[in-house]
Amino acid sequence: MTRRILIAGASMGGLRAAERLRASGFMGEIVAVGDETHMPYNRPPLSKEALASEVTHEAVAFRLRPAVADVTWRLGVPIASADLSAGAVRLADGAELAYDGLVVATGMRPRRLPTPGPARGRHVVRTLEDARALRGELGPDARVLVIGAGFIGCEVAATARLLGADVTVVAPEAVPMRRPLGDDLGAALQRRHEERGVRFLLGRTVAAFLGEDRITGAELSDGTRLDADVVVEAVGSASNTEWLGGNDLDLSDGVLCDNALRVEGRAGVVAVGDVARFPNPRYDGVARRVEHWSIPTDTAKRAAVTLLSDLGLCACDETPFAPLPTFWSDQYDLRIQSFGAPALGAGDIRVLEGDLDGEVVVGYHDGGALVGVVLIGLPTAVVRYRAELMRAPVAA
Amino acid sequence: MKVIVDMDVCKDHGQCVFSAPEVFQINENGRLVYEAEPDESLRDAVEEAADVCPLQAITIEG
Repeated sequence: MTRRILIAGASMGGLRAAERLRASGFMGEIVAVGDETHMPYNRPPLSKEALASEVTHEAVAFRLRPAVADVTWRLGVPIASADLSAGAVRLADGAELAYDGLVVATGMRPRRLPTPGPARGRHVVRTLEDARALRGELGPDARVLVIGAGFIGCEVAATARLLGADVTVVAPEAVPMRRPLGDDLGAALQRRHEERGVRFLLGRTVAAFLGEDRITGAELSDGTRLDADVVVEAVGSASNTEWLGGNDLDLSDGVLCDNALRVEGRAGVVAVGDVARFPNPRYDGVARRVEHWSIPTDTAKRAAVTLLSDLGLCACDETPFAPLPTFWSDQYDLRIQSFGAPALGAGDIRVLEGDLDGEVVVGYHDGGALVGVVLIGLPTAVVRYRAELMRAPVAA
Repeated sequence: MKVIVDMDVCKDHGQCVFSAPEVFQINENGRLVYEAEPDESLRDAVEEAADVCPLQAITIEG
């Protein structure tokens, strides 16, 4: 009998899972279910290059390897619920799908502010439609208020500035991108933004949005009033795990997995991408979700093997799963690249090369050991520092 | 197997270098250079390099 693996989620993690299942020898049926109507596409450009030009699916679509040509994609329909004991999910359109193996790859959605006020003019950036809607309102005359000074907020601020908009960033922290970059590098990057005309109002939050049927401005927690035509909320994300409720899982932050990406205690169920909370023996073994670029690819590779071994279709991989998280951020002409876990070395941050106002390598240490590196520019140093992080021994 | 990198799209992140160092390198000027017709034995590594490219600038033919 043909076995069926259901992939819940049709974004990067879901696609990579399908590819790795095929690469690991799974010949059965693969069904991928996604709530968006699009085939998998690349999200990082949506706050960068794609937002600066015309936002089309073609520009950001992932290539499809021939090996996944026979995957069934059920798009535009969310999963309503799952019964892991029965091995079945119910879709929002009422359809029921039974499976032999399940890949949880439903990812995250943007958190929204509960702040009162009109909804029109308020944006987030996660999906193609989000980016398209925002792009339509960005222009040289737009007054843009970015709420949140993390990477997405700062990328959107940079892109909006490049498009000529008037940009203000409001956030509760004292410096942008403080987590994980730290105070000094965050402050240095703030200066770069300010040189290009972005205004930062930090240490405060938005108390209310102003306007009748659409945004005309905002009132901040310190009483400051700002005019704004466009608001971008970049205040973090929430896990799409509600559909897994009622199965006695730990869903307190993503879905808790063991080191092999198996959803805890559930043979035949694995998780992939930023929704997977797994321990990484490269660090302290504490289970964490990681919202980094490299994670869907790395987790899909291991999760596919785990799932197929649970189904008796391939040999188990007994080596510790210890990925090196990697992400990048482009802001103006600045290339920010991160390797490892800077947040775990926040107590001991050192400039290793260069200087904070130019090209720089910053090292993050825990117990004297290098656990993360962030580079601004210095492309020739990237390979060297990444290799150094990869050399660190991993606890078995 | 033929590898094509759209150099108008490539921003020299170097992610491909980590997946397939035999095929992709960052030169002393910080620019990506690559072997356009790598050996078939490197296919898995090249496929992975194409997957991890932040700009999805790598195409594989044949």
